[in-house]
Formats: sequence, C-alpha cells, structure tokens
Amino acid sequence: MQSAAASYVSLDALKSNRNALAEPVDAPAHAGCGTSGGEGKASCGTSDGPDDMPADVWNKVKNHPCYSEEAHHHYARMHVAVAPACNIQCNYCNRKYDCSNESRPGVVSQKLTPEQAVKKVVAVASEIPQMTVLGIAGPGDSLASPKKTFETFRMLQEQAPDIKLCLSTNGLALPGLVDEICKYNIDHVTITINMVDPEVGAKIYPWIFWDHRRVTGVEAATILHQQQMLGLEMLTARGVLTKINSVLIPGINDEHLIEVNREVKKRGAFLHNIMPLISEAEHGTVFGLTGQRGPTAQELKAVQDACMGGANLMRHCRQCRADAVGLLGEDRSEEFTLDKIEEMEVVYDLDRRRSYQDRVEAERQAQHAAKVEALAATQDAGAADGIKVLVAVATTGGGRVNQHFGHADEFQIFEVSAGEALFVGHRRVDLFCQGGYGEDEKLPSIVTAINDCHAVLVSKIGACPRDELKAAGIEPVDNYVDEFIEKAALSWFADYTGRVARGETVHQARGDASIRQGAFTAAA
Amino acid sequence: MSLKIIADLCTGCSACEPECPNEAISEKKNLFIIDPDKCTECEGDYDTPQCVAVCPVDHCILPLAA
Ligand code: SF4
Ligand code: SF4
Ligand code: SF4
Repeated sequence: MQSAAASYVSLDALKSNRNALAEPVDAPAHAGCGTSGGEGKASCGTSDGPDDMPADVWNKVKNHPCYSEEAHHHYARMHVAVAPACNIQCNYCNRKYDCSNESRPGVVSQKLTPEQAVKKVVAVASEIPQMTVLGIAGPGDSLASPKKTFETFRMLQEQAPDIKLCLSTNGLALPGLVDEICKYNIDHVTITINMVDPEVGAKIYPWIFWDHRRVTGVEAATILHQQQMLGLEMLTARGVLTKINSVLIPGINDEHLIEVNREVKKRGAFLHNIMPLISEAEHGTVFGLTGQRGPTAQELKAVQDACMGGANLMRHCRQCRADAVGLLGEDRSEEFTLDKIEEMEVVYDLDRRRSYQDRVEAERQAQHAAKVEALAATQDAGAADGIKVLVAVATTGGGRVNQHFGHADEFQIFEVSAGEALFVGHRRVDLFCQGGYGEDEKLPSIVTAINDCHAVLVSKIGACPRDELKAAGIEPVDNYVDEFIEKAALSWFADYTGRVARGETVHQARGDASIRQGAFTAAA
Repeated sequence: MSLKIIADLCTGCSACEPECPNEAISEKKNLFIIDPDKCTECEGDYDTPQCVAVCPVDHCILPLAA
C-alpha cells in the first residue's frame, strides 16, 4: 500500500505526529508512522490530502514548500536577510558569511533594512504568485536582533496578509520571545539543535553571549541546550509548528543525533531535518581549519534511516541561502536585487494571487490522483527478492522523469525495492551540459555524486555520458520519459530484477557517494 | 578611555550596537564605529565590555590607542 505520499514526508504522517502536540510534553509521544515495520515509512497511509488531517494543520502546511514535499514543487518561499547579528558562535560558521544553520556556508546575502525587506517581498510576491512563504533565517540569528525581525513581519502582515511567516533560530533567545512570535502569528519556527548533551555541545559551540557575558565550554552548551528545549516545549504548547535542523558532524554528533531525534520528538517537534556539515578550509570556519570533514552520502543516509521512527524526517532540504527567492531548488535572487526593486512599480494584487493558488491546488490534486492510479497499476510487477537499490532521477518537477541528464543540476534519489520507491533525498551536481553540449570534465563529479546509485532515470542522455556512466557501473535509463517517478523506478526495478533472475545481469553493491560542498547559488 | 572597532575586521553584523549601555555604537555605511566620547568601556555597567563579548571577530574591538 505504499504510495506517492509515502515517498515524501507524508502529510498523513505529519498528522499523526501532530497528535503528539496535544499530549503533555513527557508523555510517550505518538511515534508517527513506521515504528513497527522494518521499512519505516512504508507503513504510512496512502493519502496526503486534507481528508484525514485536522484542517488547521493542513492549512498550515499545504502550501509550505519546506514542510510538504508536494507543495515544494508548486509553491515558493523566500528569505530576507534582515538579521545579521548572532548571539552564539558555531564551529562550522564564519560570521563573515551567512548563518550556516540555514544557508550553505560561504554565502553572503545582501543585508536589508526591514523597510527594504518588505518592499522586496511585496515585489517578489506580485511577480511570482506561487510565493507563499517568507522566512527570516539570518544572515545571523533571527532572534538575536528581534526588533528587525518582528518589524519586518509586522509591516508585511499589513501589506500582504496572505503570506505565511516563518523564522529560524539557534534557540538561545527563543523562550523569551515566544509571546512575540505568537503575536505576529508566525506559525513555523525552525530551531537548529545539534546536541542534547552539553559535552557534545562544547565541541560544537565555543561560546555564547548570555546575560551580558561571554560564556564558554560546557557551561555555554548547557545554557543553550536548556533554552532550546524550553523554547521547543513552549512552541509546542502554543501549537506552533516546529522544524528541527541538525548538522551532522562525523565523529562529534553522528550517533548522538538519534538521541536528539528522540528528545525533540518527545517535545512535539513536527519535522526533523538532518543535514550534512559543509566544511571547506576556504570558508575559514573552525571546522574548516581543523580539517573536520563532512559526512558521505552513506553516512548521512545511515543516520537519517536510524531516525525514521522519530520525528518525521525531512529529506528534501537543500540548505538554501538566507536571501533565496524562488522554488526551493531555484534561486532567483538576481532578479530582485535592491536596485531593481527600487525601480519596480509594485501593485499587490491579492485576488490574482488567490486565483493562481486555486489553480495550482486543482492541478496538484489532479496530479496526485493520477499518480496514485499509475502506481496502483505497477504494484504487482516487481519480484520480491530482497534487493534494494538507489536510483537517481532527473526531473524538472511535477513528480515525473522529465529532465535531460545534461540539464540536471541536482538529482532526486529514490530507494527502490519490490513494490516500493521511497524518496530519500537530493544530490546536487555541477551542471554537466551548458548550452546543449556536454563538458566532459564535469562528468566525473556527477559520477561521484550518484556513485551509490544503480541507475539514473532521465528523459534523454548523450552518447558520451551514457558510456561513461555505464563504465562506472551506473545504468542510464531513458525509456520512462514523463512517467511518474515512482512508477518509472518500480518498472525499471522489475526489469532489473528480472535480468538478475535470468542471469543477464549480476547484482552488485554500489560504493559510497560524495556530497557536493560549496554554496548553492546556481540560478541555472 | 574608549574602545574602537577595527574597520578592516568588522563584518558589519551589528551585534554590538544594541548591547552598548551608552549608545556609543552607530552604523556608518555598513560599518560600525564607536563614539569615543560616549564609550566608557562599560565601566560601572558590566564586568566586561559588551561589544567585545558579543563580537564574532577576534581582535576586532581594541582599546583606542592613547
Ligand atoms: S547560529 Fe548561525 S550565524 Fe550564529 S554562529 Fe551559528 S551558524 Fe553562525
Ligand atoms: S565598551 Fe561598552 S561602552 Fe564602549 S562601545 Fe563597547 S559596549 Fe559601548
Ligand atoms: S559585533 Fe563586531 S563585527 Fe559585528 S558590527 Fe560590531 S564590531 Fe563589527
């Protein structure tokens, strides 16, 4: 009964998690889906429509690209960089750049005053009707300079009341500002929580600024930890949805994140997003300089898999930047720089936005129904023989295999076994093909990025990359053009296991893959 | 007695500005400066200069060379 819904963070699962919010904080939390079966999310329901979810939760998440994988293809969010100050120091952050908790490290956003920020949001929202979410995620900590953050929200709520608001924070100042948050009707808060043990925390946070002092070591981590837990509990008690970000730092908190997952889940966290440490010497961070490495794709997946039964895992986070504009994967900031906005004539047309969103909603429902139908027809095709593989998929959205290999700057990764194709994450790659022809030197980096996959599903692929992929042991597949991804993946899998059964192909395990470092700034 | 911000090191993050008990810090074209007439090095208010404690850049805020 696996379905399209189960492939992503299913809204159905969110609903069961939401039930935990109503329970006292210490009560054993409703475990969401997948705690009983070994296959995790496979036991999630089939529907992610509004039918079986409380209306208030559905309304909060349905158009939020960060919370709902389905919405993520149709709606856009933007961040504005109004909060440059921070009240702690993280070892993976160089404060010359944006907050690494929400952006990829090494990115600098154009700082805006609250007035400029509101103008920018209104301009973007008028231009891009699918823009439904505004977030403040830095470039420092949104609650370290609360005046700027809340001033932006207040003005925006007056001018564009249909836009949802969210913010991200390290949590240190959170408990004292929960009242303020509720006042502005901000219903999504992201807290970065990397530890629940101050001994671990001391290795991640050299200091915090607290009560007019710089506090260091375990004492600092203890205060931060207590504030984070308290803040999370308070938000849960007020019914504010929370997403927890955790940075996976190999050797420091990898195993520990399973405990973090348990603790945040217990306190009603709505989603847990485990993201890889990005650490490059040239970013000048402490970790970058000490040579602390980031996790490989397998290490990341291992921790994410181990956390499946806890708070719902969010696997589609791309660690976008603090001033990102657009759908999660595409950055249109360049079209909306300050100079350009100053010149724009902006008319905020609420009706036009509403009608656009209604259209998208209808389209999405239709797409979802078509997908369920297509999948139902595929179910019994697969032979169950215990094989489980990863496949990479090139898609421009809509949940279909519809992108040219050479045009992909990221691949969606699905874990496929008999009767199930589960979305497990994105892999970013450098663009292989610029202007229609392939550049050979970029191909090896794509191979390393998807080296753990058995196949790559594309709409089209050139002869040269096809040969190289084959040589690397990755099967290029282009005969499922425009099919729904899950259906294509399952069909390919049935074909593959068939070949293995007939002895035409030898099933072999794949190697590990690397996670691309560097800032996600590509607008291509 | 006053501190000063080394312009080359300042990231313009503004963290120091609201912490100053004497409103000695202000922004000039994305950089922050300390008004030497207002800065008391926090004496009488706090144990340590607030701006130094919150600033993310080491050695960014130093005593004004006498
Ligand atoms: S909270 Fe963000 S801005 Fe502050 S030190 Fe950590 S990563 Fe950097
Ligand atoms: S030392 Fe104290 S008084 Fe002087 S600028 Fe810094 S915060 Fe203000
Ligand atoms: S805290 Fe330091 S880096 Fe930030 S504005 Fe003040 S002097 Fe500059």
